[in-house]
Amino acid sequence: MKSSIDAASNTAPRRSPWQAVLAPLDFLFEKLGVLPFLMIAALIIFSRLSDNFLSEQNLLNLLRQSVYLILVALGQMLALISGGFDLSVGTALAITSVVGAQTMVQLGADGSALGVVAVIAGGCLAGLGAVALLGCVNGIGVAYLGVSPFIMTMATQSIGFGVALYLTGGVPVSGLPMQFSDWLGFASWLGIPVPLWVTIVVLGLFHVLLSRTRFGQNLYAVGGNARAAALSGIDTRRVLFITYMICALIVGVAGLLLTARLESGETNIGGTMALESIAACVIGGVSLRGGMGRLHNVVFGCLFIGLVQNGLNLAGVGSYLQMIVLGGLLVVAVVSDQFWLRRYYRIG
Amino acid sequence: MQASADGALALELHAVSKKYPGVLALDRVDFDLRAGEVHALFGENGAGKSTLISVISGVIHPSSGRIELGGSEVSFDSVRDARDLGISAVFQEFSLVPLMTVAQNLVLGDEPGRAGFIDHRAARLRALELLDEIGFKLDPDRRVGELGRSERQMVEIAKALRGQVRILILDEPTASLTERETEQLFTLVDKLKRQGVAIIYITHRVAELQRIADRVTVLRDGRKIGTVSARDTTIDRLVEMMVGRPVNEVYPKIESRAGEPVLELQGISSMAGVHDAWFNVRAGEVVGVAGLVGCGKSELMRAAYGLDRISAGIVRWCGAPVSRPKVRDMLRRGFYYLPPDRREEGLIPVLPSGDNMALGQLHNIQFRGWLGSFDPRKRRDVVRTQAPRIQLAERNLGKPVALLSGGNQQKVLFGRGLVGATKLFVFDEPTVGVDVGTRAALYQVIKELCEAGAAVVVVSSDLPEVLHLSHRVYVMRQGRIVAELQGGDISEANVLAHFFEPDEKAA
Repeated sequence: MKSSIDAASNTAPRRSPWQAVLAPLDFLFEKLGVLPFLMIAALIIFSRLSDNFLSEQNLLNLLRQSVYLILVALGQMLALISGGFDLSVGTALAITSVVGAQTMVQLGADGSALGVVAVIAGGCLAGLGAVALLGCVNGIGVAYLGVSPFIMTMATQSIGFGVALYLTGGVPVSGLPMQFSDWLGFASWLGIPVPLWVTIVVLGLFHVLLSRTRFGQNLYAVGGNARAAALSGIDTRRVLFITYMICALIVGVAGLLLTARLESGETNIGGTMALESIAACVIGGVSLRGGMGRLHNVVFGCLFIGLVQNGLNLAGVGSYLQMIVLGGLLVVAVVSDQFWLRRYYRIG
Repeated sequence: MQASADGALALELHAVSKKYPGVLALDRVDFDLRAGEVHALFGENGAGKSTLISVISGVIHPSSGRIELGGSEVSFDSVRDARDLGISAVFQEFSLVPLMTVAQNLVLGDEPGRAGFIDHRAARLRALELLDEIGFKLDPDRRVGELGRSERQMVEIAKALRGQVRILILDEPTASLTERETEQLFTLVDKLKRQGVAIIYITHRVAELQRIADRVTVLRDGRKIGTVSARDTTIDRLVEMMVGRPVNEVYPKIESRAGEPVLELQGISSMAGVHDAWFNVRAGEVVGVAGLVGCGKSELMRAAYGLDRISAGIVRWCGAPVSRPKVRDMLRRGFYYLPPDRREEGLIPVLPSGDNMALGQLHNIQFRGWLGSFDPRKRRDVVRTQAPRIQLAERNLGKPVALLSGGNQQKVLFGRGLVGATKLFVFDEPTVGVDVGTRAALYQVIKELCEAGAAVVVVSSDLPEVLHLSHRVYVMRQGRIVAELQGGDISEANVLAHFFEPDEKAA
C-alpha cells in the first residue's frame, strides 16, 4: 500500500510557484470575496500615510462614526437580498430627524407638563412613525403594485425630501432637550458609546431575524428566485413588504441617533447614505442580483468605508476627492461581485 | 463538399482539457467530426458534454489541448470567432429577444440595410427565406414572447443556421419538442447532412441515437470512454458505457394498492385553457397524463395546485371540496407540485441544495426549535436524513444548487417533496434533461413513494415514461381529457391514437 502512495506522489504534476501562491488566494476569494484584500491594502496605505491612523483613539473614533452607516446598511442589505434596493434611505434619515426633532420641540414647549423622558419618547415615536409611513409606501409600491424598486424608491426619495424641506423650510430644527443628545448621542456605558450599544443590539436582532426566522429564510428565497419561492407557497409580496418596512425602521433608528449626535433635526443628513450603504453592502459581498448577503460581511464593508474616509481625512484629502474614491470603490465592488458569481456560482 | 459519412475531417480535438477550481471538467478528450455526419455526444449529466461543446463553440477556452478546423490549428476567443469560422451552436438556454418578432430575431445582429438604417422589408424577406429553406412553419411577424417552448426552439435553430454553417451543434434539441416536431427536426438534420454540414448532437434519449446519429462518442466523468458507430451498437451497450455498469431495467415495476381518492377534479375549467376536465388520483397509484406540448396537461395540474385561476368545476381534496385552491393551502394539505422548468420555477440557484430542499416547508413542525422559532440545525438534520432516499451525496447539500449537475438538481426538487408530509406528488416532466442513471434513481423514488401509499401523478411529454410508470393514463388534447386508459390498454398505439383529432389523423 505504502509503495503505491509513494508512486502517486512521485507522478503528481509539479505545480508552478505562481500556482502555489494563487491557489490559496483563489480559495480565500471564493470564501471571503474581495473585501479582505481591499481591507489589507487600505490598512497598509493609510498607516503609512498617517502615524495616528492605527492609534487606539482613532480606531474607537472610527467605530463610533461607522455605526450610523452600519445601521443604514443593514436595512439596505435586506432590500438587496430581496432582489431590489432602497434609494430612499437618505430621505428616511431626514424624515426621522426632522419629524422627531419637531415633535420634541413642540412637546417640550414652554408650559408643557410633560417630563423630559416623555418628550424624548414622543419625539422618537413620531420620527419612527413617519419613517414607517415611508417604508409602507415603498413596500406597497414594490410588493403589491409591482413598481421596480429603483423607480419606487427614487420617487419616495424625492417625495420624502420634499416633505422634510416643506416641514422645516430648510432650516435645521434646534432646541431639542439636552438629555436627548446627552443620552443617545454622547453617553457611554461600560466605556462603550450608547450608539454602539444600540448597534450591537440591532446586530443581534438581525442575526436572529436572518438565520432563525422563517421571514429571514424566505427573504433569501424570494431574492434568489421569486417565481420558485411563490410556487413553493411563500407569500412573496408579504416578504417584500416587510423587507421595506424593516429597512425604513432601522434607518429611522439611525436617524434618531444621528439627530442626537448633531443636536438638531436636519434635512440634509443623508445625502450620500444611499450610495455609501449600497457600496458597503456590495463590498461586503451582498449580491446585486439578490438572494445573497451575510451580516458580518456587511459590517466589515461599512467599517472598510469608514476606514477609507477616516484614512483620507487624516491624510488631508478633501471631501470632493473622497467622493471620487467612494464611487470608484463601488465600481470595483460591483465588478468583483459579477466576477465572483460567474466564477463560483456559474451564474451570469 | 461531398455528403457522406466518411467525408473530410471537419474538426479535430486533440487532448483537450478544461479545468475549473477543484474540477477537471474535461480530461484529455480526443474528438473528431466529419463533414456530412451526425456525431452524437452521449453521457450522464456532468460527464463533460456541455463543457466540450462550449469549447468547440468558443464559449470557453480550453486549459490545454489543440483544436484543428479543416486541418489547420485554430483558437477562438469568443462565440463570434467560432461563428466566423462556420461553427454555430444551439444551446438549451434560449437566446431570443421576447419582444421582437420571429423575423427580427432571425436577422438580429446581421440586419440588412444601408448606412446604419435597417431595411425592414429586406429583413423580413430574408427571414422568410430562411424559414422556408429549413421547412419550419412559423409566422415571421409574431413576437417570440408569444411562442411556446417548441416554437422558440425552432426559431433558435433557424437563427443558428443563417450564414455559412459548416458545423452545427445541437444541445438536446428535442427536450421540449413533441414527437411530430421531433420528426420535423430529424428531417431537417437529414437535409443538412446531405448539404455536407457536420452536426454534433447531444441527447439523453437513447432511442434518438439510432434514428439520427452516425457515430456516438460516450463521455463519463470528463473522459472519453469511446466512439462507436451508431449502426453497429445497441442501446444496452451505450448505456453500459455511459454509466460504467450493466443496466437491465430503467423502469421499475410499481405495485399498485389503490385506496381512497386524494385529488378529484370534477368538470374543471381554467383561465389557462383547461376545459371541463374530469380527473382523479387515488392513494397508492401512479396516474399518467399524456398529450402533445400545449394540450393543457401541465395546466390541469397547475389549476388544481392553485397556480391558475379556476373558472368552473369542483376540486376535491380527500373527498372534501376546496372552494378556490391556493398554492399555500394546497401545499400545507400535502400537495407537492414539481414544476417542469427547474431553473425558472423550481430552484433558488444561489442557495445551498439543502435549503432548496426545505423551501416553502419551514412552517413544518420538524424545523421548530427553541420557543417555536425556525432552527437551521434541524433543517440540516432533516435534509440529511432525506438525502439518501434521493441518492444525493451529503457533500452536495451545502453547495449552492446552481453548481450541481442537472440530474442532481432534479433530485433536490424530488427531495423537497419528501421533506413535508406529502400525500400527493405531481411530477410535471420529472426527467427533463436528466441522464439515464439519474432517471432510474428518480423512478425508484416514485416507486417507493407510491408503494408507501402516496398518490402520484406523472405529467410528461416523454411517452415511454408515462407508459411504463402509470397504472392509469389520461390523454389530453386541446385542453380536454379525451381518454382514460387502464392496465393492458396502456400502449403506445392507444395513447398516440388520442393525441391527434380524429379527422386530422384521417387526413
